Amino acid sequence: MREPVKQRIIKLLIGASIIFVAVLIIIFNLRDNLIYFYSPTDLVEINLNNNQEIRVGGLVADNSLKYEENSSIYRFVITDEKNIINVEYRGILPNLFAENKGVVVEGIYSGANNIIANKVLAKHDENYMPPEVIDALQKEGKWQGE
Amino acid sequence: MISKIRPAIIEKADGYIPLLLSFTIITFFVGLYFSLIESPADYIQGDSMRIMYIHVPSAWFSLMIYTLIALSSVFWFILRNPLLSLAGRSLAPIGAMFTFLALITGSIWGKPTWGTWWAWDARLTSMLILFFLYLAYILLWHSISNKDNASKIAAALGIIGFINIPIIKFSVDWWNTLHQPATISKLSTPSIDVSMLIPLLIMTLAFGLFLVSLFIIRIRILSLELRINRKMIY
Repeated sequence: MREPVKQRIIKLLIGASIIFVAVLIIIFNLRDNLIYFYSPTDLVEINLNNNQEIRVGGLVADNSLKYEENSSIYRFVITDEKNIINVEYRGILPNLFAENKGVVVEGIYSGANNIIANKVLAKHDENYMPPEVIDALQKEGKWQGE
Repeated sequence: MISKIRPAIIEKADGYIPLLLSFTIITFFVGLYFSLIESPADYIQGDSMRIMYIHVPSAWFSLMIYTLIALSSVFWFILRNPLLSLAGRSLAPIGAMFTFLALITGSIWGKPTWGTWWAWDARLTSMLILFFLYLAYILLWHSISNKDNASKIAAALGIIGFINIPIIKFSVDWWNTLHQPATISKLSTPSIDVSMLIPLLIMTLAFGLFLVSLFIIRIRILSLELRINRKMIY
């Protein structure tokens, strides 16, 4: 009875380590395909072709949101504090879309650091706070957000 | 110690079911009161964040249950105690239910928050894979009539599938995802206010009690079924 148990543990350890290594290799090679969006800095590193489809995420830059009445196009800038990219979008912005908040846009690179978005998603952060607490934190200068 | 677990322990645990279920119902009512009435709305998301009180415990338990299935698979592989494979079999549908709840509530929350029901980011996709793993595990048990063979194959699936659990957990840190990173395990403050943490913890307790009750009921039914089948053979 003792021997089989020992053998089973050895078999299990060998099997588990093979799977572990295999998955590590797969994940390591899939890295670029597993990210949902690129940051503006990533875009500088990969050479984008015109009309290429892309997802870009970052913060909506302060005071960058403009609305053109006659063509009903929104224009804003996505920043990651190092690089920026210009976005133009025709459609309805999500409720939580705001300057200094996270955003992910999906669209086509039209050259000259400009993206024509066909989808704009608000990226929510991990903070959950009631409004009064935010007010208090802002008064004490402890709140970094908006 | 695990090899000494006998069916008698299930009979004993079964006696606690009425007590457990009453605690579950009471905790759910207290938790829902705190979640829906007593706690404040979020400063950006408003009332839609309240779905988090269902979403987060469901997601936590869906990962925990798969981890338990993987552990019972490992110990079954070494010790061959049939109760261990019964445990995995009893847990799988409960885990599938929690995964489904996490996916659905996340989707309902995602529409008003992100502006989309679904995104193929690493967190959401790996969670969907977890749901399929649960389904595969359940289907295995149903499709293989020889339960000894089924135990073996299910244990293998339980162990191999476990690799998905750390991927789900760390997907939000390893890759750019639409899903936000973890709130609770983050060490820096502030992430969640105490007034929102309390309902979350009560709801987690309620889900946990519900899980334990369901587990005991299911493992008792399955062990009775096993005994009936044995009697029919001999």
